[in-house]
Amino acid sequence: MPLTVPPILAYALRRLIQAAPVVVLIMIGTFLLLKLAPGDTVDALVGDMGGADAAFIERLRIEYGLDQPVWVQLWRYMVKLASFDFGWSFVYEQPVSTVLMDRLGNTLLLMATSLSLAFTIGVLLGAIAARRAYSLSDNIISTLGLVFYATPSFFLSLMMMLIFSVKLGWLPVGGIKTIGAFYDGWKHVWDVALHLVMPTAALSLIYLAFYLRLMRAAVLEVAELDYVRTARAKGAGETRLMAHHIMRNALLPVVTLLGLQFSTVLGGSVVVETIFTLPGLGQLAYQSVIQRDLNTLMGIIFLCAIIVVVVNFLTDLLYARLDSRIELK
Amino acid sequence: MGHPNAGLRLALAGAMALGALAGSAAAEDVKKGGTVTVHMNSEQRILNPALRASTGVYNISGKIVEPLIDKSYEGYVPVLATEWSTSPDGLQITLKLREGVNWHDGKPFTCDDVAFTAMEMWKKLLNYSSTLQQYLDKVDCPDPHTAVFNYSRPMPLDLFLAAMPDLGHPMPKHLFEGTDIMKSPLNTAPVGTGPFKFVEYERGQYVMAVKNEDYWREGYPYVDRIVWRFIKDKSAAAAALEAGEVQESGFIGVSMADIERLSKDDRFDVGTQGYENNVAHSTLEFNHRNPILADLKVRQAMYHGLDIDYAIKTIMRGFAKPGRGPVPSAGGANYTDDVTTYPYDVELAKKMLDEAGYPVKDDGFRFKLRHRPAPWGEYTQLWAEYYAQAMKEIGIDVEILTNDAPGFLNGVYRDHDFDTANGWHQFRSDPAVSTMVWLRSGSPVGTPWTNQFGWQSDEMDKMIDDAASELDPAKRAEMYHAIQRKAMEELPVIFAIEHPFISVTSKKLKNHHNTPRWNSSSWYDLWIDE
Repeated sequence: MPLTVPPILAYALRRLIQAAPVVVLIMIGTFLLLKLAPGDTVDALVGDMGGADAAFIERLRIEYGLDQPVWVQLWRYMVKLASFDFGWSFVYEQPVSTVLMDRLGNTLLLMATSLSLAFTIGVLLGAIAARRAYSLSDNIISTLGLVFYATPSFFLSLMMMLIFSVKLGWLPVGGIKTIGAFYDGWKHVWDVALHLVMPTAALSLIYLAFYLRLMRAAVLEVAELDYVRTARAKGAGETRLMAHHIMRNALLPVVTLLGLQFSTVLGGSVVVETIFTLPGLGQLAYQSVIQRDLNTLMGIIFLCAIIVVVVNFLTDLLYARLDSRIELK
Repeated sequence: MGHPNAGLRLALAGAMALGALAGSAAAEDVKKGGTVTVHMNSEQRILNPALRASTGVYNISGKIVEPLIDKSYEGYVPVLATEWSTSPDGLQITLKLREGVNWHDGKPFTCDDVAFTAMEMWKKLLNYSSTLQQYLDKVDCPDPHTAVFNYSRPMPLDLFLAAMPDLGHPMPKHLFEGTDIMKSPLNTAPVGTGPFKFVEYERGQYVMAVKNEDYWREGYPYVDRIVWRFIKDKSAAAAALEAGEVQESGFIGVSMADIERLSKDDRFDVGTQGYENNVAHSTLEFNHRNPILADLKVRQAMYHGLDIDYAIKTIMRGFAKPGRGPVPSAGGANYTDDVTTYPYDVELAKKMLDEAGYPVKDDGFRFKLRHRPAPWGEYTQLWAEYYAQAMKEIGIDVEILTNDAPGFLNGVYRDHDFDTANGWHQFRSDPAVSTMVWLRSGSPVGTPWTNQFGWQSDEMDKMIDDAASELDPAKRAEMYHAIQRKAMEELPVIFAIEHPFISVTSKKLKNHHNTPRWNSSSWYDLWIDE
């Protein structure tokens, strides 16, 4: 008797096998791309130090294995990666896994909160705007959305900082916690939350416009469709019509966008993280390129590749749930 | 007090210098305790000053690890070494070490630590120092508190003293011996003898140190805790200063516009005091492999085409002065302003270029140069832009190639793929351990901040080598004056602007910037009024 596998597991397994070569190709491509950039991590380190003599530089290169041909370096890296060893960051003088884990939490917290807020509020406001299309409230919502979307994130962040930290003194300027306060328990949670208010607000205000515009257009479109008219003819109330018939179908394109944005969640936001000095992955990735910190950058890209694969899979599952015409093959 | 005269075998009385500093502190009512938070623009990651010579390292580790000798406005002051003397042939330097000093782990500090660090780190591993100490044969310890440095070539005492505040931090032998020094966890969690003890280092966020209760200077330090916060964005750093979350931002850590704005704000002291030992030159570097630039007349004409005073006023907001060659005016006796200068004169510059055989062509330009600006922040970039603009006035088309740090260092110092470049270079107390590498030929290709310009002069090489081992300070100063004059005549590099760095400091901090290398020093007498 053949072994029966639940279809969803078989689907997951097939997706996993498909993903492996993609991830390997991404890793090799990134490695080679970074090698094409002029200079290496020793140049960057020496640049930070303000100079060094030739013997010192030579010794560092040998120690970091940078004196070997590129192919040897690539082979060594891939062999290590095969056993999930991300290697050593010469810039941070720590194992790459430690460097990544230190920052992963911050980025996930920031991005997940911002995206959820942007998604929820954006969908709600979009739906309201669509139901009252071309009214005053629609105009206000749409205009505000566009204004925040058009504001550069660094400007929005700095303005918030100027108002809420410098002028009013309500919120801390940056960082993830009050240094040297040694809070624990709920005090610590509250402290971190306070530090995240401005960066989260800045990011979600910018993302918000996407969801708002998309949801508004989708609701307007779906509301004209036959099955909505049918439902209305059958006597469904406006609330039921909105919640069951329109929203559910209008959510499809919005979920696609959410999936796309969640794939980039580990990239974080370089600008917002830098301004608010949040030690996250976005800032780390940016610094790693500047510092030519190959191992760290490769580690981040590996994590990102994995997340993209997982989120794509989850998005497909969600599609099937929202629209029963879609089947998992 | 004049410049310390090393030939007199001076032994400064430590108590005197200490007493003077303590006296000035007592003038106001010293408040003890409190936390001082310092803004750091970039992160060095290694905090061991015996492995990495960089102000970014000293800014933090200088509070935790002490040098043998420090520098005050009165001259060199004893820290871990109390007396110094040299043998007449310059081959031996003897240091008396302070007694009763303990490392932060409680073990006593002795000559063994000095000998170990000198041989294993200063000579072998420390950037800049490995050149300085290349003729150091061994360090003898006749008793636990005497260290004798033995050199195979004469080491001028004033060169040794000038180098020690930066390149003379001993490390605890008992914690490093028998380990792989480069991989030691102590490199990011330093153990020293200083007024503050290392607590923790959160990568990308902050470093924290607390008061050392067992500090050898009785009654010091005043402050309970120091926190260094890494804030990369300059505007955010200015906001942190204004919000009172940070009390000190050094080394031009905020934008020049904010520096100017905060200098008018009565909550802050803004200035260059305390950076006398950390003076830098904004430079213009030539690739002499380009036959046009190899022509001295062209380089002189370009210098005439630069309005240095204008650049100082607009770019440096007045916090700088015109350069006079490889030794800055902060270089003491080794400096002279009796050199050839090239005042701003567009017409003269044009005439000189015509005479050199580069008339203006149909496109309105004489020739084209590819320029690499160093990405060391705002004012370096502005200086590059000003240079390109000024050259246009005299008919030279300058194309700016933007690059990041590794791209710049490679393009200029390894691949020599540039016509002109600019950046800044720090003067490290003595020309022998700093600016001479710009003029001396023979540096291996790829060594950053060295003469990779294709300029070579046997005469200059000899002058530099002779000056480095001259024992008589007066003669030595003469020799550096000659080098300066020659450099200003032949212009291998233009040392265009001499600028100290700038600090923005909250007025709550007291006893700040009271030494010529204050941001790198130990801050034992710093206190905060709050």
